[in-house]
Order: sequence, then C-alpha cells, then structure tokens
Amino acid sequence: MLTVQRLSYRYPDGTPALHDINLQIAAGEKVALLGPNGAGKSTLLLHLNGVLRGQDGSVVIDGLTVNDQHIRTVRARVGMVFQDPDDQLFSPTVFDDVAFGPIHMGLQRAEVEARVERALAQVGMAGNEQRMPHHMSLGQRKRVAIATVLSMSPTLLALDEPSAGLDPRARRGLIELLQELPLAMLVSTHDMRMVAEVFPRTIVLSQGRIVADAATTTLLADVDLLERYGLERP
Amino acid sequence: MATPHLLLDRYIDAESPLHAQDARVKLLLTLALVVALALLPAGAWVALLVFALIIWTAVYQAHIGLLRTMRRSLVALPFALVAVTLLITRPGELLLSWSFGPWRLAITDAGVTAFLSVLVKSWLSVQAMLLLMSITHFADLLRALRQLRLPPVLVAILGFAYRYLFIMTDEAQRMLRARECRSAALPGQPAGGSITWRAAVVGRMVGTLFIRAYERSERVYVAMLSRGFNGNLVSLDERPLSPNERGFTLLGTAAAAAVVWASYLFG
Amino acid sequence: MNWQNIADGLVLGLHIPDGFLSAPVALIWWVLTIGALALAVQRVGVELNERQVPLMGVMAAFIFAGQMLNFPVLGGTSGHLLGGALAALLLGPWAGVLVMSAVVTLQALLFQDGGLLAIGANVFNMGVATVAIGYLLGMPLLRTFGGKRWGLMLIGFITAWLSVMAAALLTSLQLVFSGLSATVVFPAMIFVHAFIGIGEGLITVAALAFVVSTRPDLVSSLAGFLNKEALQQPVDKRTIGLVTFVGLGFAALAALLSPLASGDPDGLERVAENQGFLERAMDAPYTIIPDYTVPFLGETPLSTIAAGMIGLLILFALMYGLALVLRGRSSDSRTRS
Repeated sequence: MLTVQRLSYRYPDGTPALHDINLQIAAGEKVALLGPNGAGKSTLLLHLNGVLRGQDGSVVIDGLTVNDQHIRTVRARVGMVFQDPDDQLFSPTVFDDVAFGPIHMGLQRAEVEARVERALAQVGMAGNEQRMPHHMSLGQRKRVAIATVLSMSPTLLALDEPSAGLDPRARRGLIELLQELPLAMLVSTHDMRMVAEVFPRTIVLSQGRIVADAATTTLLADVDLLERYGLERP
Repeated sequence: MATPHLLLDRYIDAESPLHAQDARVKLLLTLALVVALALLPAGAWVALLVFALIIWTAVYQAHIGLLRTMRRSLVALPFALVAVTLLITRPGELLLSWSFGPWRLAITDAGVTAFLSVLVKSWLSVQAMLLLMSITHFADLLRALRQLRLPPVLVAILGFAYRYLFIMTDEAQRMLRARECRSAALPGQPAGGSITWRAAVVGRMVGTLFIRAYERSERVYVAMLSRGFNGNLVSLDERPLSPNERGFTLLGTAAAAAVVWASYLFG
Repeated sequence: MNWQNIADGLVLGLHIPDGFLSAPVALIWWVLTIGALALAVQRVGVELNERQVPLMGVMAAFIFAGQMLNFPVLGGTSGHLLGGALAALLLGPWAGVLVMSAVVTLQALLFQDGGLLAIGANVFNMGVATVAIGYLLGMPLLRTFGGKRWGLMLIGFITAWLSVMAAALLTSLQLVFSGLSATVVFPAMIFVHAFIGIGEGLITVAALAFVVSTRPDLVSSLAGFLNKEALQQPVDKRTIGLVTFVGLGFAALAALLSPLASGDPDGLERVAENQGFLERAMDAPYTIIPDYTVPFLGETPLSTIAAGMIGLLILFALMYGLALVLRGRSSDSRTRS
C-alpha cells in the first residue's frame, strides 16, 4: 500500500536528513518509528504526503506516486497528525477543524457533517462539535487532532509522537484508540511501552538511515541494538 | 526540521575589520550613503559607479561574498515595475516608438536615463543595507539605535519583536503546514471551498495566533517581573564614540556629500 | 520563503525601496513619522502600563507572522494580511502605531523589504495611516453598531479595506511627488489594492470575530462596545456573503473612480513643482497614450478612465506575470523547513 524506495533528502542548506530509505507498509499494518531526536523521523513522515519531497527516490501510496500531479489526492490518503495539537487545530471550534479537510475536498454539507460526526465518534469525542480547542485538555486535543484527518477517510495515518506529554489516563486512552483504529499507521515515538503494546513491527532510524526494521518482539529482545541507538526496554 | 531562521537573519559571521567596527558608525555611514544615492541627479553614472565601487570594496573586505550579496540584492527588483512608466513619460529625444491601434508608445532618451537611474540607485541602496545587516548583529544595531537617542520604548519593542519573530513565524509556518496537509482533493471533484471560506479560515488562524501571542506575552511579562523588572527599561552605560570613530563617520559623510556635489557641478 | 515573500510583497506593492523616493519627499515623511511616533510613545507612556512593552513586542512579531498566513485567491496569487486596522482595533491606536511601526522597520532591516531612507514613508503608510483609519473610523462605528455581530463584521471589513486603500493612496502620492507618472501610478495602485483590500477585510473580520468570541477580555479597546452574547454565536454564511458583496461593490466603484480622482494630474504635479519637490520639469506629455485620451472618445472623463484602465491593465498583467514566475521559483523553497 505504501512503498518508499531509495528516498534521500537534504535540507536546502545541504545538510543530509534522510539517506536511502526503503520501506513498505501493507494495508492495515501498524508500524512504530523509533530513533533519537534529530534522526529524521518527522522528516520522513512529512515525505509521506509530499510536504517535503526527496531529491532522490520515490514515495508511492495506493499506486499513486507522490508528485505534483497527485499531491492533492495523496493528501486525502495520508492522514498526517502533528505532535503539537495546537498546530494542527487552527480553527475556533472542533467542528470547523474536523470539517476543514472534507470542505476542502468539495464534499456536500450533509456528507461533511456525517464525516465529522463519524470521525469524532471514532476518537471518542462525539458531542464536542461546538467546543473550542482552547478550552480542552491536551488529551482531548490530541484526539480531535486525529479526528481532523479521520474525517478525510485516509488509508494511512502518520502520527508524530502522539503520546508525548500525556498523563497516564489520557495515554492509556490513546493507546486503546490506536489499537482500535482499523488503519495502517506509521507512528514516530519514544514511548517504548506503547510500541510494545500497539505495534507488531518497528523501524529504527538513526542519522537519516533505517538501521533496523523487524518484528517488535525480535527488536526489543536485541539488547545490543537497543543500547546502540539509545533506546530503552519497556 | 530545517529552520527558516537563517533566512530571517542576514548576519554573516566572519572576521573582518568591518565586523569589528562600532554599529553606530556603520549605521550612520550606511544612512549617509543611502541619502547620497537619493540626492544624485538622474544620469550621474560616474557618481553611481563610485558608490558601487565603495560598496563592493566593503563587501569584499567584509568576506561576506560578493555574489551572495548581489543575489540577495534583487529583492527590490519587482518594485521597479512601478518605475517602468518613467520610460514613456519623460519628454526628450525619441528613441523608439510603437503604434498599436489608436495608441502610440514612445520611449525617450530622458526616460531611459530616469528609469535606469532609479533602478541602479535602488539596487545599490539595497546592497548597502545588506552589507550593514551582514556585518552587524541585530542586537548591536538595537544598541546603536538606543545610543543614537531613539526612545528606549521603541528599541525595547523592536528587541522583543525580533526575539519572538522566530517563535511566531515558526508557529505560523506549522499552522500553514497543518492546513496544507489537509488541503486534499478527490479525483474529479472541484476542491478548495469558496474564497470567503478560505479567507475565513486564514482569519481564524490569525485570531488563534493573536491569542497565543497575547498569552505568551503575559508569560514573558511574569518572567520579567519575577526577575525584578519594574517597568523601567534600563541599559548599561555605553561608551561614547571615540574621536577616531567620529572622525571616520564625518569623513565618510563628507566624502559622500562631495560626490553628490561634484555630480551636480559636472553633471 | 524568501521568494514567496517577494511574490506576496509584489502583489501588495506597498514597501517602497530606496531609490524611488526623492530625498525631499523621503525627508518630509520622516518628519511626519517621527512626529507620530513621538506622540504615540508619549501617549503609551501615559495611558498604558509597563506590561505593554513585552506585549507590543510580541504583538509586532504576531503581525509579522500573521502576514505569512495567506490563502490562494486566483491562479497563483494569494491574499494575506497587512494588519494595521486589526492592530488598531485589537490594541488601541497608540500601541497599534508602535506595533505596526516595529513590523515595518523590521521588514526593512531584516528583509530589505522597503528601503532605509524610505522607512519614514513606509512606516507612515503602513504603520500610522492604517492604524489611524482603523481607529478613527472604527471607534465611532463601534459606538453605533458595536453590539451587533454584523456591525462588528462591517466595521472590521470597512476599516481594513479603507486602511489598505489609504496606504496605497499615500504610497502613490509619495511616488508621484518623487517624479513618477500620476496617470499610471494612481489608477494602478488603487485598482490593485481595491481587491487586495477585500482579502484584508475578510481576514480582519474573521480574526476579530474569533478573538471576540474566544477571549473578549483581551480586547480592552473593544470591550466597552461589544455585546458579548450576540457576538458569541458563530457568524452565518449569508452575513459573510452580504459583507463581501458590499465590499466588492465598494472596490469596483473605487477602481472606476480612481482615474477621475487623478483627472488633473498636471495640477498635482504643479503643486509638487511649486513646492520645489521636483527638480525636473514635469510638463511631460503623456506619450503612453497621446494627450492621455482615447481618440474616438475625445477629451472626456470617460476617455480618461479608459486610458487609465488600459495603463493599469498593462501594469497589472506585468505584475501578475512576474508574480507567477516568482511563484514557480518559490514552490520548492516553500515546502522546506
């Protein structure tokens, strides 16, 4: 479903950020993306929907190559959720924000409302349409942020550190939400316990390269590898 | 993520006598140069060449890259379109003329001179500014402004604005990116919503940014209070300019004035 | 981002670089700006407390960043905020002037967006005039219509639109006094900004409505005039449509009337000459269109309008073309960072 081939990216000032990235994700597969800060996790996620484009290599999603021609369609397929929900939520009410994607896609009013309702129900925030992000807890805002892309019916979720900063209860709720959502996902995180619970497969990124891509159980048993890349055992 | 900060700050770190010079001297001389350029009559090519050579020598001396400065100095170019009309509205000897339909477009020699003069003046002024900003830390420039008797409140506002510019533009860029990521389309379906809707979305983003900025300023204020800020903007006593620095500034200004004077005299 | 700024700045066209203003014109506006700033500094000192210093600094950063928030309008051009009217309505006149002046100054220093000698004129156009319009017009209107939602919308729209027009008008005036042709500069600037002002108006309205419904406590200058309950309700589509319609009418009217406003450009230039602003003789024939008339229409106002329109259409096409070229160059730099 998602195929990344020989993807390389350098920042405009020439600093290399990603080098020769190859990966595939099947429909419905949930994959964790680990690695120290600055390893290129966020940069890789931003390539999936074409916000960044590599100088080399290709990203193909549902048979569509990420390029100028397909970019708008690709953005409906890949639901990108940023780490800080305050960046993601730029509208005054929850409804406006969750409706942004569907309205932009040119859907009819009834369809927009149905999608908003469904997306909010999926993240357990039904009935909060008229609330302001401003007045909600971080956990709630994270859920709404996920709803803002679910309303676009994506096939892949790309989440950037979804559990960072959450209190234990909100984190627990998020883990359950990720387990329930029947979508493929690539999730960058430092939360090893969440990785063990939610993601059958894990990719480790270091200095812009994939240094490990294996079943999570295998990977977590490899003490050497964990040590080398500064990862903790859950 | 790459930062846009490099694009916001023109300062180029290098070791040079120009970098080490007091910011007041650099600011005043730049101002003198820009004023001199503005005072030049149209067609004072020799004077323009003199100023260009002064700027380019300084750029070379400062090790900030002649090419880079040239490239960056193109920012004011689009505005030149406004001056295009000079070509065809000055009386003078006819150089070229076209007729199409009932209209006639005529370019005169005086028009060409006026247009090119404006263009070159503008281009050199931008280079002078770039030079100043490339060899002077913004903080030093602020201090210079304060020493040159700009009201402390204004300097303080500029200082805070500069400090939070990076944070606010980052925030704005992240919002734009979040919007971009959800600006999707379905195949065969017109996308983008209505123009008023798009404007309203931006308006609310602006409102959101305002509230976040306001709240941040309150936190900044509390942090200042907790470190003893009592409403007075104090700064350390600054040394006055040395006789040498004064002399240098005066000399430079006088030289610029002389070039302008000469160009009227012999132009 | 760099090229992006330029493309936007080009469309906005209000940051005068050095070289375009004659020294006397630049100087006069320096004097006016210094006067306005001195007054603002004094009044801020009297009316506000020290809390306002960090606030104004951060607010200047906010306006700067807010100007980056744009939305696509038509084929590659984009609408975005200038912010003068918004600053006046949100922060009050004196703080508004200081904030906007800081923004314009920083743009000149950091981006060379507007010249050094031209800072006086640019600060006055974008920092003083816009805020003055926003406040002088906004406050009486607020007193009359402030309690109603549509009232706030209309006030936001009108003040924002007019503040852009005022800035464009002043910019044109300065350029004309500096020797550029009034017959092209005036109609072109005013025509283009009549439409840019609509974007400004829409953004200002939406931003105001949002702030007022979310944190009405923050806008002390507005608070006295607002009926919070009425403003809490979201604004419906029909109101937006109506306000836009009225604004469009305004804009079209101004565009049509603008050549008339400068129907006697020679008069304007004669003033300039008498004041000694111009060293060059300005009895120039307008050779772009002989005698500045369209032959078959004769020497009528209609002919002046037609001639002005043709001139500004040429200019507009040029600017538009360049904007597209710059946009093409910026598309890859826009996606970084």
